[in-house]
Amino acid sequence: MASQMSVRGEEPARVSWVNDPKTRGIVFQVVVAVALIGFIYWIIGNTAENLRRANISSGFAFLNGRSGFDLSQALIPYSSNSTFMRAMIVGLLNTLLVAVTGIITATIVGFLVGIGRLSGNWLIARICTVYVEIFRNLPPLLVIFFWYVGVLSVLPGPRQSVDLPLGGMINNRGLYLPRLLTEPGFWLVPAALALGVVLTFFFIRWGRRRQMATGQVFPGFRVGLGLIFGLPILAFIVSGMPATLEYPEMAGFNIRGGQVVLPEFLSLYLALSLYTASFIAEIVRAGVLGVAKGQSEAAYSLGLSPRRTLRLVVVPQAMRIIIPPLTSQYLNLTKNSSLAIAVGYADLVAIGQTTMNQTGQAIEVVAIWIVVYLGLSLITSAFMNWYNAKMALVER
Amino acid sequence: MQEHDLSYVRMEMVNAQNAPEREKGVTRWLRKNLFATPIDGLLTLIGLLIVAYALPNIVRWAFIDAAWVGPDRSVCSTQSQGGVQPDGWSGACWAFVNAKFSQFMYGRYPVFERWRVDLTAVMFIALLVPLLIPRIPYKALNAIVFFGVFPVVAYFLLVGGNFGLNRVQTSLWGGLLVTMVLSFVAISVSLPFGILLALGRRSRLPVIKMICVVFIETIRGVPLISVLFMASVMLPLFMPAGTTFDRFLRAVVGLSIFASAYMAEVVRGGLQAIPKGQYEGASSLGLGYWQSMGLIVLPQALKLVIPGIVNTFIGLFKDTSLVYIVGMFDLLAIVRQNFSDANWASPQTPKSGLIFAGLIFWAFCFAMSRYSIYMERRLDTGHRK
Repeated sequence: MASQMSVRGEEPARVSWVNDPKTRGIVFQVVVAVALIGFIYWIIGNTAENLRRANISSGFAFLNGRSGFDLSQALIPYSSNSTFMRAMIVGLLNTLLVAVTGIITATIVGFLVGIGRLSGNWLIARICTVYVEIFRNLPPLLVIFFWYVGVLSVLPGPRQSVDLPLGGMINNRGLYLPRLLTEPGFWLVPAALALGVVLTFFFIRWGRRRQMATGQVFPGFRVGLGLIFGLPILAFIVSGMPATLEYPEMAGFNIRGGQVVLPEFLSLYLALSLYTASFIAEIVRAGVLGVAKGQSEAAYSLGLSPRRTLRLVVVPQAMRIIIPPLTSQYLNLTKNSSLAIAVGYADLVAIGQTTMNQTGQAIEVVAIWIVVYLGLSLITSAFMNWYNAKMALVER
Repeated sequence: MQEHDLSYVRMEMVNAQNAPEREKGVTRWLRKNLFATPIDGLLTLIGLLIVAYALPNIVRWAFIDAAWVGPDRSVCSTQSQGGVQPDGWSGACWAFVNAKFSQFMYGRYPVFERWRVDLTAVMFIALLVPLLIPRIPYKALNAIVFFGVFPVVAYFLLVGGNFGLNRVQTSLWGGLLVTMVLSFVAISVSLPFGILLALGRRSRLPVIKMICVVFIETIRGVPLISVLFMASVMLPLFMPAGTTFDRFLRAVVGLSIFASAYMAEVVRGGLQAIPKGQYEGASSLGLGYWQSMGLIVLPQALKLVIPGIVNTFIGLFKDTSLVYIVGMFDLLAIVRQNFSDANWASPQTPKSGLIFAGLIFWAFCFAMSRYSIYMERRLDTGHRK
C-alpha cells in the first residue's frame, strides 16, 4: 500500500474537476457574471419599454432646456429662464457652500469639544460629554427641523428684528450681517494677504533649515501671524481705507442693505456643523488618548516644555489616528447636506428632484447625482490621503 | 573614618498628621478639578455661567411653565395669539404631544386594529430582552424565533388579510411603528448581505470582487436620499410594465441596500484584522471556504467589530427619518405633519413636538450605544491588549 502511494506520488493526486478550486472559481464567476448581465439586460429592456410608454426620451439633451423655476439662493446669476444645466451648477455650488462652511465649523467645534472632554476641568468635561451624547444620538434631519421650524421661523418679523452685536440683525426672514463694500484700490489688501502667506511659508522653511544647522529656534508661528494679519492691515491703511461696512437697517416693511443669510441655509449649516462636530469630538478624543503616555513622558525627560511636547510629540501622533476617520466624517457631512431638500435649500439633490418632477428624466438626474457625489468623495479622499501620507509614520 | 556624635535619636514614631486643610475634602476636589490654574478657573466660570443660564431656562420651559393638558391650541398660546396664557409666556406645549400621542405611535393605523400593533410590540420585547441578556439560556432557539418566526407572525399581524384579520394598507402605517419596522427589517437584511458583500470584496475571484467593490463604493459614495429616490423612482421603471410596488417596500429596499454597503465595510475591517494563520489553520484542517469562514474566521471577525455593527444600526435607526422623502410617515414625519393641524398651531408646538420625537430617537440610540459598550467589555477575551 505504502509503496503504491510513493510511486503514484510522482504525479499530483488527481482530484475530480468538480472539486478543483480553480475550475470551481471560474465556473462560479462565469455563472455570476452571466446572471448579472442577464439581470441588467432585463432591467434595461423593462426601462426602455417603460420610458417608451411614458413618452420620455432618454439622454442629456434636456439639460439645455429652460428650467422655469426660481431658486431662493444662487451664487452665480440665475433666473427661471436659465437652463437646467445652469440650475444644476447653482445646486452644486450651494452644496459646496454648505459643505465647506459646515466642515470648517464642525472641525473647530469638534476639536474644542473633543479636547474639552479630556480636560482636567470637571465642569468643562461634563458639559462637553453632554453635548456629544445629545447630538450623536439624534437624527440630523430632526436637528435641521428643530432649527428651521422650532427656532428660526418663530422669530419675530422684520419690524421686531433682534439686534445682534457688531451691527447684525436676525428675524424670521434670515440673518442680516454687515456687508463689505469695496472701492477701487481694495485689491491691495488680498494681494498683501497672499504675500503674507507666501512669506510665512518661506520664513518657516528657512527657520527650520537654520534650526537644523545651528540649533537656534525661529519663532515661526508668531512671525507668520504678524505677516498674515499685519500686511493686509498695513495695505488697508496705506491704500487709504478703500472699503466701508454697509449695515443692514429697517426700511419700510423690510430690511435694506447688508448681507442676508437665509434661514434655510442657516438651519442646515447649524444642524450639520453641530451634528458632525459631536462625531469629530469623539474622534479627536480617541486620537489623543491613542498616543501612549510614554511618548509625552519621554519628551519631558528630553527637556521639552509641555507646549512643545504637545506640538512636536503628541499632536503629530494623534493626527495619524484622527485623519482617516475625520475624512469619512467630512464625506458624511457633504452627503448629509442633501438633507437640504427637507427645508427647501436649493442644493444639488433638491434641484435634481425639481428637475425630475418637471422633465421625468429620473435616470439622468440620478446619474448626475452619482457622478457628482462620487466625484466629491474621490476629491476629498484624495486630498485627505495626501495629507495622511504626509503625516504618516515614516519608517526607517 | 569620621565619627558621628549622635546626640539625639528619636525612640518613638510620630503619629501621622492630618493632611493640610487645602489638600483634603471638597476644597481639594474643587482646587484640583475646577481651579487648578487661572485659565482653568476662568473656564469653570464660563461653564458655570452657561449652566446657570441654560438650566433654569430649560427647566422652566419644559416643566414649570409647560402646558401639560388642554383641548386645543389655546393652552399653548398667549392672549395676543388668541390663547389663555399671559403675554410673554413661553413654555413647552406637552398638551399637543398628549393629544397626538397615539398618532405619533401608530400613524393612521385603524383604531380598532391597534391591538395588533401592541401585540407585535409585546412579542418583540418579549423576544428581544432575553436575547440581549447574556445570562438567559437558549440563545440559538431564541434567535431563530426572533429572526425567523417573529417576522412572519408580525407580517400577518400587521398587514392582515388572512386568518380573519382585516387588511391594513401600509399607507396607513405611521409613527414609531414605521420607524421600528423599517429599522428591524433593514437591520436584519443588512447584516447577512453586508457579510456576503464583505466576503465578496475579500474574495480571490476577480469578477466577484469587482462586482462587490463597485456596489459598495457606489452606494457609500452617494447620500441616502439619492438611494431612496432611486428606490422610489427607478425601481418601478426597472420592473416589467404594470408591476406595482408598495411604497413601504421601496423604502425598505432603499434602506437595506444602503445599510448593506456600510455593514460590508465594517465587516471587512473585522476580516482584515484576523491573522493569516487563522485562514491557513482552517485550510490545513481541511475545511472548505464556507466552513472555514463560518466556523473560524467570521465568529472572530464579527466579535471584533461589534461596536462598528451597532454604530451602523444606530446610524440606520436615525436614517429611517429620511423615508418621508418617499412618502412614508415615520415618527419624525408624522410629528412634522401635525404641525399643520390648525387646531394646535402655536409658536411652541413645533419645538415641543420635535423635542418629544428627539427624546424617543435619543433614548433608542443611547440605549444601543450603551449596550454595545457593555457587550464589547464582556466579549473582550483579552486577545487584544
